[in-house]
Amino acid sequence: MAPLLEIKDLHAEIAGGRKIINGMNLTINPGEVHAIMGPNGAGKSTLSYVLSGKPGYEITGGEVIFRGVNLLDLSPDERAAQGLFLCFQYPLEIPGVSNMAFLHTAVNSQRKKRGEVELTSPELVRKVRELGKTLGIDADMLKRPVNVGFSGGEKKRNETLQMMLLEPYFCVLDEADSGLDIDALKVVSNGVNALRSPERSMLVITHYQRLLDYIVPDVVHVFNAGRIVHTGGKELALELEATGYAQYQSEAA
Amino acid sequence: MASPAPAIVRPTKTGAELALAETFAAVRASLPGGPDVAAQRTAAFDTFADAGLPHRRVESWKYTDLRALMRDAKPLAPLPDADAKAKAVAAGSLFSTLGFRRLVVVNGTFVPELSDLSDLEPGVTIASMADALADPAGLPASYLGRTVASPDAVLALNTALMGDGVVVHVAAGASIPRPVELVFVTTAETPVAAFTRSLVVVEDGASLSLVESHEGPAGIAYQVNTALELVVGAGATFERVKVTTEGSDAVHLATMLAKVGADARFSNTFFTTGGAVVRNQLLLHLAGENVKAHMGGVSLLAGKQHADTMLSVDHAAPAGESRESFRAVLDGASQDIFQGKIAVRQAAQKTDARMLSRALLLTETAESCNKPELEIFADDVQCGHGCTTGTLDQQIKFYLMARGIPAKEAEALLIQAFVGEVIDAIGEDGIRTALAEATRAWLLGRE
Repeated sequence: MAPLLEIKDLHAEIAGGRKIINGMNLTINPGEVHAIMGPNGAGKSTLSYVLSGKPGYEITGGEVIFRGVNLLDLSPDERAAQGLFLCFQYPLEIPGVSNMAFLHTAVNSQRKKRGEVELTSPELVRKVRELGKTLGIDADMLKRPVNVGFSGGEKKRNETLQMMLLEPYFCVLDEADSGLDIDALKVVSNGVNALRSPERSMLVITHYQRLLDYIVPDVVHVFNAGRIVHTGGKELALELEATGYAQYQSEAA
Repeated sequence: MASPAPAIVRPTKTGAELALAETFAAVRASLPGGPDVAAQRTAAFDTFADAGLPHRRVESWKYTDLRALMRDAKPLAPLPDADAKAKAVAAGSLFSTLGFRRLVVVNGTFVPELSDLSDLEPGVTIASMADALADPAGLPASYLGRTVASPDAVLALNTALMGDGVVVHVAAGASIPRPVELVFVTTAETPVAAFTRSLVVVEDGASLSLVESHEGPAGIAYQVNTALELVVGAGATFERVKVTTEGSDAVHLATMLAKVGADARFSNTFFTTGGAVVRNQLLLHLAGENVKAHMGGVSLLAGKQHADTMLSVDHAAPAGESRESFRAVLDGASQDIFQGKIAVRQAAQKTDARMLSRALLLTETAESCNKPELEIFADDVQCGHGCTTGTLDQQIKFYLMARGIPAKEAEALLIQAFVGEVIDAIGEDGIRTALAEATRAWLLGRE
């Protein structure tokens, strides 16, 4: 079976020259859920931005092969159309752009790029409403400007809705639990778990073990100083909760 | 030592000013109107001749130096022939499907056969300005030049040379559901000048929605000087949208003088995408109490376009409310100017006036100038102004792109949202949709 995603000796800096990703290697097979855990400042969020193509980072080495193409050659929208989805730690507010119009444009931009038939308005509205129901997103939230005035929980549910609607092959969840209370965490996790399938993989970035009680990973990596320093099964998350990251930090140094 | 006498500087007249004087001398006898109108014209031309074309030292024209921007004065456009009229049939296409009552002015002349004068609603009277000026008992005799006083040289030039335009009267209490559209189109193939003047009187308790569009050919340096005088009676409602899509080389100078009575509603929105140099000046006089006035504007500019909006809102009576909301989207090396003055007279207690102008710079070479002015003589008022100039939010743009939306489309969504705040405030559904589509078309045409 060909891997879904292969990160090979990836090096990246932020504009200005500070090295953040430092020779990272990672292989994810279809259907696998990997967790990346690590202390603050380890470069976890940078990894999510480098994978999704956010401007402001310079790739100084390596490649990221995703479904047969080097992701690093693609613009962020092309990566999305290829099937990559980044669930933002802090989803942005977009005044003046209604949630439904945003979802419609996103879905059809991707379909157009892939040469698929675009969805009509009624088709999309029906689909969004159905998915919205499972996440507790009502018609009013769909009419309002994207994320404007949404609570932390509503923003994350909205991210999950986008993920479910866009049906990506690979989801990067960057601190998906930040800003969530337990109830919201359950709703979001249920949405994410519903998306688990033999074709779809996920990378869950977190520094708390709590989230992994709800989204149970197949593999857990410890990330420090811009690379993976230790890999284990799901039980590794519990060990880390008990021992902290100190031993891996010295290992990396 | 005696101080030297202040030097009196009389700048040499520019080529354009000399040409305008020649034009006035040549055509004054043949311009429409009786002796009273002729006297008005002479006085107005003297005002213009004294001041000359506005330049940087004229405060309200500080950023639009017409002496430099209007090097010459084009000859007056001839009466439209059959060919000119034929070309004008397709004009005003932005609103052509909305069923408005179209009144068409071609190269400065009102053309009845292109206009819809059938089935006038009871209470509505429509005439050409040329005919109305010739009528000593006509509406212009009572109102023209008497709505709002202004020493502006460009307005004076309009008064001196006004040829034609449209006069609309709505009788007291008449509510006109079908909007009236004034289509001003230049079809000339050589650079010409047109001076149009219109007058709209909406009597007490009446209502009218007016659309005004100005367009012409690309690549021809024609000149338009247009003015609208408006009287809104007590308790009346008036909404206007002025769309300027003039040709690429056109100079478009527009003045609106509006006098609004007690308890009336007034709304005016500018939408500008065309013309090399565009000036929209609006002088609003809130003569009665409790007026609610809304002014909006959208400028979408590219290349070397220069658009200047000058507002002067005069709160002369108590409890008036005025809102000004302007947006400029600037591509290329374009320039947008916003000058907004709010004056609150001593009598105008409980005035509530707010002004906001925001500019979005899409390039490093685009430029936006903002000049708010508040003159407040009453002590129990609320007045606020704000302006912002910035670029597209790159974080939001990345968020949209991360969802699969290409860069251009992401920018278009954000720009539409930016100007949408102004367009959404327009009362007529069809106009909102048409302007949103025009915005989208402009965005798609960006290089």
